[in-house]
Amino acid sequence: MSYLVDVATLARKDLRLELRARDTVPAMLLFVVSALVIFHFALPEESSGPAAVGLLWIAILFTALLGLGRAFMAEREQGLLDGLVLAPCDRSAIWLGKTLSTLVFLLLVEAIALPAFALFFDGSRIGPAAIAGVLLADLGIATVGTLLAAMASASRARELLLPLLFLPVVIPLLVGGVGAAVEPDPARYLGFLGLYDLIFAILSWASFEYVVTE
Amino acid sequence: MIRARQLGRRFGDKRVLAGIDFAVRPGDFVLVTGPNGSGKTTLLRLCAGLAAPTSGELELELDRAEIGFLGHEPLVYRELTALENLDLFGRLYRVPERRERIGMLLERFGLWEDRCERAGAFSRGMLQRLALCRTLLHEPTLLLLDEPFNALDQEGAALLERELAELRAERTFLVATHEPERLGALASGRLALA
Repeated sequence: MSYLVDVATLARKDLRLELRARDTVPAMLLFVVSALVIFHFALPEESSGPAAVGLLWIAILFTALLGLGRAFMAEREQGLLDGLVLAPCDRSAIWLGKTLSTLVFLLLVEAIALPAFALFFDGSRIGPAAIAGVLLADLGIATVGTLLAAMASASRARELLLPLLFLPVVIPLLVGGVGAAVEPDPARYLGFLGLYDLIFAILSWASFEYVVTE
Repeated sequence: MIRARQLGRRFGDKRVLAGIDFAVRPGDFVLVTGPNGSGKTTLLRLCAGLAAPTSGELELELDRAEIGFLGHEPLVYRELTALENLDLFGRLYRVPERRERIGMLLERFGLWEDRCERAGAFSRGMLQRLALCRTLLHEPTLLLLDEPFNALDQEGAALLERELAELRAERTFLVATHEPERLGALASGRLALA
């Protein structure tokens, strides 16, 4: 029970920081909408619907990357990870709290991005299966992305390291998300996304302590 | 409480601590002195569990909840107020009667009037006072203080001296300082790093 209280405390702290500083969600929003506008003009009119869905997923992944790059900014710039690591709470609570706040940021951004996609492209592609795919992929992005963001934040080459670590690991999410939106049998892809989330959530939860301590 | 045998720490090719031996018993007040780069901060970080030794052994008979660490950085969120910062750490450390304890510390360190100001708006001295509040919040058994008088004005320094004198009998201290004479009366030992 106290573990969940710690997680809630840490997630609430991140949401409060974002409410004050507003330096992550607005940047993500601006990026995703700009990317969709550019894709709208870049994609030839006779292009297929699945191609547009693929572009949506590229926009989502790079937007998530932008948010993840800022996930540990306060901790990195002010040495605050030391303060959190010193606290007697389970260190995985730091990961879970950050994962939850990242998930909230992603959902907020997608609440704008998906209607924007429907406006610029074929709106019929955003059905219940596509939305379920986005939600499941968000879970995977937040869980594994937070772990990788913590790893990269300790490095001087973090801006380079995070995409190098993150993009190959989330290719299955891209496949699952696009598949759920365009294939006639989305259940197979949704199941795959769920399995990915479960495996990477367990791996990230178990390994976070080793990422933040020597 | 702390026992180090041939404790060493390297950063790449650079050796910062070279095989030191020392022991800190409950109730000790040990000053860690030495020139810049001699490893004072590294030693405190090792004792706090924030870094691992690259050679030798370090035994610590405490768990994290019993350690109070004051480092070079104040370890507070600049976008949160003084009150929110202490509340955050108070929750994570499960401080009993958290609000009362936070109020008492803010009063004692002269920050009560500024409790609703964001830490980012604080001067360096005020941040150091807030960092001291954070360090003492959970009433740690072992205090690891790295240059605690840094950035404090005369009033703040006098306040801290009084606070340390009050806590001297009940706590164990490992204090890295360039001003050992300031704490000479409280000290029970000195660890001089070369």
